[in-house]
Amino acid sequence: MIKKVVTGVYILAMAIMVSSFHQNQISASIARGKQVYNKVCLSCHMIDGGGVPNINPPLAQSSYVLGDKKRIIAIVLNGMTDRIAIDDEYYSNNMAPHSDLTDEEIANVLTYVRNSFGNKASAVTAAEVKVVRSMKK
Amino acid sequence: MRKYYLLLLFMSIYSCTVFGNNHSKKNDPNLPQANAGLQLPAGFTAIKVAEGVGRARHIAISPQGTIFYKSSRLVNGKGIFQLIDKNGDGIADSVFGFGNYIGTGIAIKNGYLYASSDEEVFRYKLDAKGNVINPSQPEKIITGLINRHQHESKSITLDDAGNLYVNIGAYSNSCQVNDRTLHSPGRKPCPVLDSAGGIWQFKADKLNQTYGNGIHYAMGLRNVVGLDWNNQTNTLFVMQHGRDQLHDNWPEYFDEKSSAELPAECMYELHKGDNCGWPYIYYDPMQHKKMIAPEFGGDGKKSTTDYNNPVIAFPAHLAPNALMFYTGNQFPEKYKNGAFIAFHGSWNRAPLPQQGYYVVFVPFKNGKPTGKWEIFANGFSGKEVIESTRQADHRPCGLAQAPDGSLYVTDDVKGTIYKISYKK
Repeated sequence: MIKKVVTGVYILAMAIMVSSFHQNQISASIARGKQVYNKVCLSCHMIDGGGVPNINPPLAQSSYVLGDKKRIIAIVLNGMTDRIAIDDEYYSNNMAPHSDLTDEEIANVLTYVRNSFGNKASAVTAAEVKVVRSMKK
Repeated sequence: MRKYYLLLLFMSIYSCTVFGNNHSKKNDPNLPQANAGLQLPAGFTAIKVAEGVGRARHIAISPQGTIFYKSSRLVNGKGIFQLIDKNGDGIADSVFGFGNYIGTGIAIKNGYLYASSDEEVFRYKLDAKGNVINPSQPEKIITGLINRHQHESKSITLDDAGNLYVNIGAYSNSCQVNDRTLHSPGRKPCPVLDSAGGIWQFKADKLNQTYGNGIHYAMGLRNVVGLDWNNQTNTLFVMQHGRDQLHDNWPEYFDEKSSAELPAECMYELHKGDNCGWPYIYYDPMQHKKMIAPEFGGDGKKSTTDYNNPVIAFPAHLAPNALMFYTGNQFPEKYKNGAFIAFHGSWNRAPLPQQGYYVVFVPFKNGKPTGKWEIFANGFSGKEVIESTRQADHRPCGLAQAPDGSLYVTDDVKGTIYKISYKK
């Protein structure tokens, strides 16, 4: 009986540790991602992720940011020159490719963007970026 | 007794409603502000003649006083709108829409309303009251202009000799091999310049003209949204949107602050054959020099004497979206033949605050700007500081002079149309 309780407490403690370790990792990724954002993304997408009406798309509450991770990873890697509607709006500026950023940096900046400006979505990992990069045409 | 209670009930509901209305009015942030929320020079007043009318870009007013604006979004399938004021109180009570295309350019000349999509220019005959005779069947004047979704708007103006001038904006920031990309070199000669990045002249009354029928009037202009014919000098004046991203793409030469202040937004007086130098140069308003662009070997220090000089330069990135020479008699003498410019306001000044959501006035004498430009109408953004462009409540985009000499300003964020008047 005591053994069972001890095991239970141990498992719980481990779960909390793992989860808080995971949380800390995400917080660290967000913090590092913010540095990448300020350096590379902010001048077009703005300090509040609001973008510029008709010119640069917003990242706040964007279906492209909150949706399929592969798609947003590919946009960071390849840039965007297509004239497509994003949440029913068109944006005129071309986005440069940012394949010079490391997998880690792209994972961090996307984790930051997906958890800032009112956004709440899962983290992006370097491994996920690596997969998309390897598929790059 | 029962009736008495009912009466009491009705009275209390009535008084609650009245009181409630008064109460909500007192706390209503949307109460009409003095001068429609604008700051103006002494003696000037402003009202909103229309609100919520869509993305109102350029505006044109006929000699009879009918008011038309072009929308960059279709509303119920229409892209040109006439303000309708049935009771004659000066405030629009509805709009009449026609033209099934989006766009920016609109102008009135010799009994015709001209309007542009992002690829074509149409015209509509006006009747003696200044109304469009056949809104569903315009004449197509120009067709096949390039639209590659960057700087795609086609602004127009007309001279007194039967010519129409149209801006064809460059589909590029600075003609790099890869647009807006770190250290991507410039393409020389820039292939954009054969069909864009300049002003083309066409006949105002000839149908279905395209590049082959027009005259490549001026080149080396990245993107002109505001342009107007000056009847004193008999020349075309344009406002160029200068290039962006000097720091983003060339951080070794430009820090964030210098990138926010460079290059100037320039006004040019154009003659046939002029070249203003985009993408090879940009104008530095602090050094008063034409600088070699970093894509073409520049480093923020090398200058050149080639290409046109601007007649006046404004702070960087403010996005001049309309230019209009004032020829009316209502405003004080100093405004006569001077230029009003509607600045749309910046986006490429981050991390510094964004600026320039205002209308400026440039005094002119003998066809040249004199002295300094001044902010004429401010307060469109509704905020003290704009960190992100989207925070601006209103952004000035179009200008037109009414027959009585008052000035109309459009806003393409909330679709507000302002009328600015002067009284001694």
